[in-house]
Amino acid sequence: MDPLLLLEQAFNGLQFGVMLFLIAAGLTLVFGIMDLVNLAHGSLVMIGAYLATTLIAWTDSFIFGIALALPATFAVGVLVEVVALRTLYRRNHLDQVLATFGLILFFNEVVRIIWGAQSIYSGLPDYLSGQVEIIPGAPYPVFRLVIIAVGLIVAALIYTIVAHTRLGMLIRAGASNNEMVGALGINIKSLFTFVFALGAVFAGLAGMMLGPLTSVEPGIGEPLLILAFVVIIIGGIGSIRGAFIAAILIGMADTVGRVFLPVLLRIFVSDAAADTAGPALASMLIYILMAAILVVRPRGLFPARTG
Amino acid sequence: MNRQQIWISLITLTLFAVVPPLTVLFDQPFYLDMFARIMILAIAAVSLDLILGHGGMVSFGHAVYMGIGAYAVGILSYYGIDNGFIQFPLAMLASALIGLIFGAMSLRTSGVYFIMITLAFAQMLFFLAISLEEFGGDDGMSAARSEFAGLIDMYDGVQFYYLIFACLALVLYLLHRLVLSRFGMVIRASRSNEKRMHAIGYPTYRYKLAAFTIAGTICGLAGALFANLNEFVSPDVMHWTHSGEIMVMVIMGGIGTLIGPVLGASAFLLLEEYLPEWMEMVMTNGGEHWAIVMGPILIAIVLFGRGGIHALFASRGKIGVKQND
Amino acid sequence: MSKRILGMTIALAMATTPVAAETVKVGFITTLSGGAAIIGKPMKNAFELGMEHVGGKLGGMDTEIIFGDDKRKPDVAKQLANKMVKKDRVDFVTGIIWSNLLIAIHGPVTRSKTFLISSNAGPSAVAGKKCSEDFFNVAFQNDMMPEGMGQHMSAKKIDNVYIMAPNYQAGKDMMKGFKRTFNGKIAGEVYTKLGQKDYQAEISALRAAKPTAVFVFLPGGMGINFIKQYAQAGLSDKIPLYSAYTVDAISLPALKEAAVGTFGVQHWSPDLGNSVNRRFVEGYRKKYGKTPPFYAAQAYDTVMFLDNAIRKAGGISDRAKLRAAMRAGDFPTTRGTFKFNNNHFPIQNIYLREAVNDNGNYVTKTRRVIISAHGDSYAKSCPMKW
Repeated sequence: MDPLLLLEQAFNGLQFGVMLFLIAAGLTLVFGIMDLVNLAHGSLVMIGAYLATTLIAWTDSFIFGIALALPATFAVGVLVEVVALRTLYRRNHLDQVLATFGLILFFNEVVRIIWGAQSIYSGLPDYLSGQVEIIPGAPYPVFRLVIIAVGLIVAALIYTIVAHTRLGMLIRAGASNNEMVGALGINIKSLFTFVFALGAVFAGLAGMMLGPLTSVEPGIGEPLLILAFVVIIIGGIGSIRGAFIAAILIGMADTVGRVFLPVLLRIFVSDAAADTAGPALASMLIYILMAAILVVRPRGLFPARTG
Repeated sequence: MNRQQIWISLITLTLFAVVPPLTVLFDQPFYLDMFARIMILAIAAVSLDLILGHGGMVSFGHAVYMGIGAYAVGILSYYGIDNGFIQFPLAMLASALIGLIFGAMSLRTSGVYFIMITLAFAQMLFFLAISLEEFGGDDGMSAARSEFAGLIDMYDGVQFYYLIFACLALVLYLLHRLVLSRFGMVIRASRSNEKRMHAIGYPTYRYKLAAFTIAGTICGLAGALFANLNEFVSPDVMHWTHSGEIMVMVIMGGIGTLIGPVLGASAFLLLEEYLPEWMEMVMTNGGEHWAIVMGPILIAIVLFGRGGIHALFASRGKIGVKQND
Repeated sequence: MSKRILGMTIALAMATTPVAAETVKVGFITTLSGGAAIIGKPMKNAFELGMEHVGGKLGGMDTEIIFGDDKRKPDVAKQLANKMVKKDRVDFVTGIIWSNLLIAIHGPVTRSKTFLISSNAGPSAVAGKKCSEDFFNVAFQNDMMPEGMGQHMSAKKIDNVYIMAPNYQAGKDMMKGFKRTFNGKIAGEVYTKLGQKDYQAEISALRAAKPTAVFVFLPGGMGINFIKQYAQAGLSDKIPLYSAYTVDAISLPALKEAAVGTFGVQHWSPDLGNSVNRRFVEGYRKKYGKTPPFYAAQAYDTVMFLDNAIRKAGGISDRAKLRAAMRAGDFPTTRGTFKFNNNHFPIQNIYLREAVNDNGNYVTKTRRVIISAHGDSYAKSCPMKW
C-alpha cells in the first residue's frame, strides 16, 4: 500500500471528521444541557447550506455571503428553540424523538417549497478552487484544507469557551446537573436559547462548507445527523472532548474503511466477493464500531454526566 | 388494562372484521388490500408497544424485525420453499434470534444510548440487506405468496385478509394476557423503578430481554405477512424512517394500551393515503407537499395529544401509564 | 324466471357499460414528492404535453389519466398499482421510474391482465425469463448504455479505464454491461455507497491508480457531486470522464462548466433532428422553460405509443388485437427509429453525447451513433415468440 496515498486518505478522513464535529458539537451540548434529543439538528445543517448559497449569490461574494449566513442561522436557531423546542425539554426522549421527527418533515418541505426540489450548485471563488501539492504528486483541493483549518479553529474555540469562560462553566454545570444551575438563579431560559442557537450556527457552518463540495438539496442533513449521533454517543453525551475524538475516529474509519476494506478483502477472498462484501462492510463499519464501544462502555468513551 | 380497553378492542376488531363483506358488496376489492396493510402494520405497532409502552424501552430500530420476517419469506421463496408452515415459523424464529442478540447487547445501555444503539443495529442490517446482491440488494426481490397446503389460498383476497385478521386478534389477546401476568407486572415495574425491582431480587435484565425478544418475534410475523401482501421484499422496510413511522403509530394511538397502536396505525396510514388527496383539493399540486401538514400533525400529537387517539375514547386518567423514559 | 331475466339484464348492463363508455384509463405512477421528484415532474409534464399533442384523446377515444405519487417506495407503488387496477380499473399502468418499484408491481399488474408500460425502468429481471406479454418497455434495458460505451471506448482504443458505480443491483449490472463490450484493461473497479455525497476518498484512490480514462454510472445527485469534486480535484482536464445516465438535462443545469467536455451515452438527445423530437423539445421548452431530460422524452413517447396502438387496434376491448398493434412499435417516436424485441424491450440506436456550453445553455450534443438498432442481451432468454 502506497504510504503517500494513505497520508492523503488520512487528510480526507480528517476533513470529514472536523465536519462531523461541527455538527456533533451543537448536538452534544443541547443533549447534555437541555437533555433534548433533537433529530431536527440535521435540518439546521440544511438551512445553513441553503442560506449561504442564497446569500452568496445575492451578495456575489463568498466571504460576505457566509458572514451574513452565520447570524441568519443563529436567528433561525433562536426561532426554532423559542417556538418549537422549548416546550419539549420537560418531555421524555420518546416525545422529543417524535416531535423533532415531525420537524424534519416540515423543514424539508418548507425548503422544497422555497428553493424547489432541484439540487442547487454553488461554486467556489477562484482563490479557493485551486489545488496545493502538500503531498508530492497529489494536488489537494485548497477548499478542503480550508475546511480542516476552520474545523480545527472552531474546535479550539468551543473548547476554550467550555473550559475557560463563565458560559462554559454554566454549560458544564448544566451538563452534570441542570436543575442546580436553575436553582442558582441563572436565567436558564435564555441560556438554553443561546446554547441552542450556537449549536445551530456550528451545524449551519458545516452546511455552508458542504455546499460547494456537494449539491445542496432537501434532506442533505439527515445522513450526517445519524453519523453525528453516532459521534456523540461514542464520545459520551455532553462531552466536547469526546465528540471531537469520536468525530475524528468516525471520519477516519469511514474514509479509510471505504477505500481500503475492499482492497484488503481481495487478499483473502475472490475479487468479486471482495467487491460485494467490501462496500457492505465499510458502510456497516461505523455502526459495528459504535455497538462494540457501547457494549464495552455503555455511556460512551468520555461520559460527562455521572449517575 | 381495563374494561374500557377491552370494549375498544372488540369494537375495533369488529370493524376490521366487516371490511371484506363490504368490499364485496360495493365491488371495491382495493380497500381489502388497504385494510390488510393497516392490520399488518398494526401488528408491528402493537409489538413495539409491548416494549415501548409497557417496558419503557424506546427501540428506534423496530422495523428491522419486520425486515427479517419479510426477508425470511423472500429468501425461502427464492429457493423454492413456498410452504407457509415452514416460512412463518422460520420467519418468527429468525426475528426472535436477532431480537435476542440485539436485545442482549442493547439492554446493557439505557436512556438515549439505548435509542441510538437500537438504531445502529437497524442501520447495520439495512446496509447488509442492500449489499445482498443475490437477493436483489437495493432493488429488493419479488416473493410468491405462501402456500398453506391447500388450507388457505393466499391469492384469495378475503382468505388472506382473515388470516391477517386472525393474527392481529391473536397477538392482541396474547399480549393482553402477557401484560396482565406476573411477567407483565415485572416489566412495567422495572420501567418505573428498575433499581427497586433489582433490590427485591428480580433479574430485570432477563425479563426485559424476554420482552424485547417477544416483541421482535411478533414484528417478524408482521414482516412475513407484509412480504406476502406486497409479494415483494426490499431493504426499504428496514429504513430508519420506517422505524420512526411505527413509533409514530404507537404514540398516535396511545402508548401502553395495546389497542391504541392499532388505532394509530389506522389513522397514520389513512392520513398518508388521503392527506395528499385532500391537499390536492385545497390547492393545485398541494398533494406533493403533504409532508408540510404531516410534520406539524406529529408535533401537535406530541404536544397536546396526551394518550393519543385511545384517550379520545377512554375516559382520562384511567389509562394510567405514565411515561418517564 | 323473472329473477333470472333480471340477473341477465344486470349482467348485460354491467358487461356493456364500459363498452358504451369506451373510455381509455391510464394510471401514471411516478415519484412526485421528495428529492426524486426532479425526475418524476418532467415525466408528468412530458406526458401531459404528449396528451395535448394528441388532442387529449388516446387513439381518438375519451381518455382519463390518473396520476399517483409512489414516494419512491416499493410498497407504496404496489399499493397504488393495486388501487388503480382494482378500484379505478385502468387499462394501462405506466410512469414508473425505478427498477425496484417496477419489479414490485410487475407481477401483480400483469397478472391482473392490465398492460404495464415502462417509461423508464428496464431491469434485467423482467427482460429475460420473466418477460411478459402484458409488459412493454418503451425506454431501454439498463445494460444498453454501458454496452454502448464499452464498445465506443474499445473502438477508440482507450485502454486502462477506471470504472465506478454505486453498490447496488443496477450499479453491478452497468459495470457488467460495460465489461461485456469493453476489451481493454480495467485499471480499477470501485463500488460506492448508494446515495454517497462526498467522493474525495475515491478520487484520491482513483488518481493514485493513474488510469487513462474514467467511466462512471452515478445517476442523479451522486453524479452531480462526483463530477463537481472531480473538477475541484483538478482532474477534469487530466483524465477524460465518460458516463452513463449521469450527465443529462437534469444534472447539467447544476454542473454547468464542470461537466463540459465529458462524454455520455444515451438512446436519445434533445438535438436529434427528427420532426417528432423537434416538436416535443420545442413544445416542452415553450411550456416549461427547460430542456427536457431523456426521462421526459420517454414519457412523451409513451403517449405516442399508446395513441398509435389504440388507433390501429380500433379500441381497447380486443386485448389480442391491441397487443399486436403495440408490438408493431410503429409509433412516431422522438428517437427517430424504434422497434420491439421479442421480449417487448426496444431495439434502438445508442448515441454518444458530449456535454457542451451552447452560449450559456448547457446541453448535450449528439456526436455519433455508437450502435444502430441495438437490442438487449437478455432477449434471447425470453421464451416469448411472436
